[in-house]
Amino acid sequence: MKIRTVLILAAVATALAAISFWVGQSAYGWMPPQASAESILVDRLFSFLVTVGTFIFLGVFVTLAYAVLFQQAGRYDSSDGPHIEGNVTLEIVWTAIPLALVLWIAVYSFQIYDQMSILGPMEHVHMGMATAEAAPVVQGSADSDADVPIEVLARQWTWEFRYPGQNVSSTELHLPSNQRATLLLKSEDVIHGFFIPAFRIKQDVIPNEEITFEFTPIREGKYRLRDSQYSGTYFAAMQADVVVESSDAYREWLTSAAKKPPVVAYNEAFEDYRQISEKGGSAGWVTVPPAEPPLVNYSGSPLTRE
Amino acid sequence: MTNVLVDETSNNLNQPGEPESWRRFFSFSTDHKVIGIQYIVTAFFFFLVGGIFAMVIRGELITPEADLVDRTVYNAMFTLHGTVMLFLWTFPVLSGLANYLVPLMIGARDMAFPRLNAVAFWMVPIFGVVLMGSFLAPGGPSQAGWWAYPPVSLQNPSGALINGQFLWLLAVALSGVSSIMGAVNIVTTIVRMRAPGMTFFKMPIFVWAVMSAQIIQLFGLPALTAGAVMLLFDLSLGTSFFDPLKGGDPILFQHFFWFYSHPAVYVIILPIFGIFSELFPVYARKPLFGYKVVAISSLIIVGLSAVVWVHHMFASGTPGWMRMLFMFSTMLIAVPTGIKVFAWVATIWGGKLRLTSAMLFALGGLIMFVFAGITGIMLAAVPVDIHVNNTYFVVGHFHYVIYGATVMGVYAALYHWFPKMTGRMYNEGLGKLHFVLTFIGANLNFFPMHPLGLEGMPRRVASYDPEFAFWNVIASLGAFLLGISTLPFILNMVGSWIQGEKAPNNPWRAIGIEWLVSSPPSHENFEVLPVVVASPYGYGKSDPLVSNADDLEVAHEHH
Repeated sequence: MKIRTVLILAAVATALAAISFWVGQSAYGWMPPQASAESILVDRLFSFLVTVGTFIFLGVFVTLAYAVLFQQAGRYDSSDGPHIEGNVTLEIVWTAIPLALVLWIAVYSFQIYDQMSILGPMEHVHMGMATAEAAPVVQGSADSDADVPIEVLARQWTWEFRYPGQNVSSTELHLPSNQRATLLLKSEDVIHGFFIPAFRIKQDVIPNEEITFEFTPIREGKYRLRDSQYSGTYFAAMQADVVVESSDAYREWLTSAAKKPPVVAYNEAFEDYRQISEKGGSAGWVTVPPAEPPLVNYSGSPLTRE
Repeated sequence: MTNVLVDETSNNLNQPGEPESWRRFFSFSTDHKVIGIQYIVTAFFFFLVGGIFAMVIRGELITPEADLVDRTVYNAMFTLHGTVMLFLWTFPVLSGLANYLVPLMIGARDMAFPRLNAVAFWMVPIFGVVLMGSFLAPGGPSQAGWWAYPPVSLQNPSGALINGQFLWLLAVALSGVSSIMGAVNIVTTIVRMRAPGMTFFKMPIFVWAVMSAQIIQLFGLPALTAGAVMLLFDLSLGTSFFDPLKGGDPILFQHFFWFYSHPAVYVIILPIFGIFSELFPVYARKPLFGYKVVAISSLIIVGLSAVVWVHHMFASGTPGWMRMLFMFSTMLIAVPTGIKVFAWVATIWGGKLRLTSAMLFALGGLIMFVFAGITGIMLAAVPVDIHVNNTYFVVGHFHYVIYGATVMGVYAALYHWFPKMTGRMYNEGLGKLHFVLTFIGANLNFFPMHPLGLEGMPRRVASYDPEFAFWNVIASLGAFLLGISTLPFILNMVGSWIQGEKAPNNPWRAIGIEWLVSSPPSHENFEVLPVVVASPYGYGKSDPLVSNADDLEVAHEHH
C-alpha cells in the first residue's frame, strides 16, 4: 500500500513536471518579440517562474479537484472525517521547501537583474558581480555611436528625443542595433514612464531629476514606446515609435535629419484637444491643456492605428 | 451629558423586543450585530456603485478607440472604481463581518467601545456621500487614479478651491479616521473581552486574522492619512511637500502612500484567510490542519507586510540596492502564505466534503488566490516587474486577489453566516447559480489581463493599439457576466431574509460559540458568558467546546 502510494505520487508529480516544463517553454511566446539583450534575460527568468508556478498551481488544483470529485460526504452521512490536527514533519517540510524555493528565485532574479544593469552609473550600485552581460557588444570600440546620451523629454502628452552631438531632434526614437543605448530621461511636468515592451524595460521619468538609463537593442525593426506612469487626461495617447536600425542606417538617418529644417510635429493629444475645443468643448470635464507639439527635425509618420 | 446618554441607552437595552425592531438598522445602534449588518449592507450598495463604474470602464475598453466616454470621464471612472471598491466596499464589508462575528466568536456581549463602533460606521456613509458629491464639483471627480500620485493630483485644471481631488482627499482622510477607530475597537475587544477560558490559542483563526489585520491598520494608516493631509495642503494651501516645481519631492508621497497601501492588501486578505480557515473545517468535517502554525503565520505576515512597500516603486527611480532588498522581503511573504494554503489543502484532503454555496465560494476563492500568489511572486522578481509594472498584468494579479480571493471569500462568509445573521436559510439553488456565474465571470474578466500586460498594454489607458483588442473583448464580456452574477445573489439574500425557511441555531453542525446561541442571537448575545474548555475545530471528536452550553441563551428573548 505504502509503495503504491509513493508510486502514484511520483507518477503524478512527473506528469505535472512535464506539463509545467511545457507551459514554461511556451511562456516565451506570450511576450513581444525579443528586441533587446535585456529581453532575453527577462524572458528566461519569466519562463523559469512560469514553470515553477505552474507546478505549484497544478499541484494544489489537482489535489483539490480530486477531493471535490471523490471525497464528498454521502447524502445521509453526517459523520465527521478523521480528527487530524496536524503533522509536524509535514509542516516543517512545507515551510522549508517554499523558503528554499523563494530564496532560489530571489537569488536568480538578483543575478538576472545584475546582468541587465539598466540604470546608469548615477543610480546603479554594483554589488560585486560581473555586470551587464546584456551590454555592450561593441562598447568602447571606435564603432560606437553612443558617446553622448540621447535626451528623452517627456511632457503632457508627447515624447521628444534630442541627439545633442548631432543637433537632431525627433519625435521618433532611432537607435543603432547591437550597441548600448544610453538615455537621459527628463520630464517637464508630471511623472511619466518610459516603457518599450519589446525591450522589457521601463523607468519612471521624474520631474526635476535626470535619470541615466541604459539598454541594448539587438533586433532591427519598429517598436512602440508607451507612457507607463499615469500622466493625466491624454495618458493613453502618449506613445512614440522606436526604430532600431543598423549602425550605418542610423548614422545616415542622423545626417539627413540634421539637414532638415525643424517642423511642428503631429501630436495626437494636441490635435484631439484642438478639435474638441473648436467644436465648443468636450462632453467631459475641464482638462490640463496638452503642451504645444515640439519643433523637430524629424517627426516620422503620425502613429497610425492600422 | 455622557452619563445621561449611557442611562438612556441601557434603558433601551432593557426593554424586551425593542432592539428587534427593523428600525434599528437605520438608527445609531450600538449593538455590534446591527452595526455589522449596517456595514455589510452599506458596503454592498457601494460595491454595486463601483461595479457600475467598472461596467463603464469595460464598455470603453471593448473597442481600441476612446469612443464611449470622454477621456476625462474615463479617468474619473477608474479613479473612483478603485477608490470605491477599496474604501467603500472591501474595508467596510470586512469591518462588518469582523464586527458581527468577533464578539460572538470570543464570547463577548459587545465590542469594547460600542459607541465608538457606531461612530466609525456612520462615517462610512458620510465619506461615501462626500466622494459621490465630487461628481458635482467643478472639474468633476478626481482623475488622478486611486494612488493620487503628485504632480498629476496637484494639477487641478478647474482652478476651483473645492474640486474633485479636494473632496477625494477629504473622503480618504475620513475613511482613515474611521478605520483607525474600528481598529482600536477590534484589537481592544479581542485582547480584553475574551470569555473565560478563551486563551489566545483557543481563539478561532478568523479572530486571529482580524486581530492581525487590525494591527496593520494601527501602524500603517497614520502614514497614509498624513500623506493625504499633506497632499491636501499642497493642493489647497500652496505648501510644497510633493510639488517638484516648488522643490517638493513627489516620490516621498509614493512612500507615504505605499507604506500603508501595500500592508492594506493584508488588511484585506488576512480576514479572508480567516474565513477560509473557518469554513473548510466545517464543510470537510475535519479540524483545521496545523492550527497554531496558521495562527502564528498571520502575525508573521503582519511583520513582513511592513517592510515590502517599495515593490510598488521598482520603476520609480528606486536605486538598485533598494530594489533587491525589497524583492527579498516581498518574496519571503510567500512562506507564511504558502503554509496557510497547504494547511487548507490538508484540511480538505480526506474529509467528508459538503459543497454548499459557501464551500463552493471558499474553494473557488482558494484556487484564484493560489493563482494570484504565483503571479505575485513573478511581480516580486524585479526584472519581470520592470517589464509588467503598471501594465494590465498587475491589474489582473490584484483582481485575482481582490475579486477572486476576497470577494469570493466574502460571499462564502455571507452564505455561511447568513442563517446566523438573519435567522433564515438561503436558497442553495440560487447560491450555486451565483457561484457558477461569478467563477466563470471573474476568470473571463481577469485572466485576459495577464497576456495583455505581458504584451505591454499599460493600465489606466482609455484607448489602446488594436493588437490588444482580442483579450479586451473577452475581459469586457467577463465583466458584464460578473455584473449579472450579482442579481441571483441579491434575489437570494432579500428573498430568503423575507421568507426563507427558519434557521436553527446551528444549521451546518459547526463548532464555534456563535453556533451555540439562537439565530439570530439575542441583543446581549449571552445570558451567561461561555466558559471555553476546548480548542476550536474539534471535528471528529465529541468534546464540548464550552462547559455551560445550556446556560448561554438569553432567557427572555427566546424565539
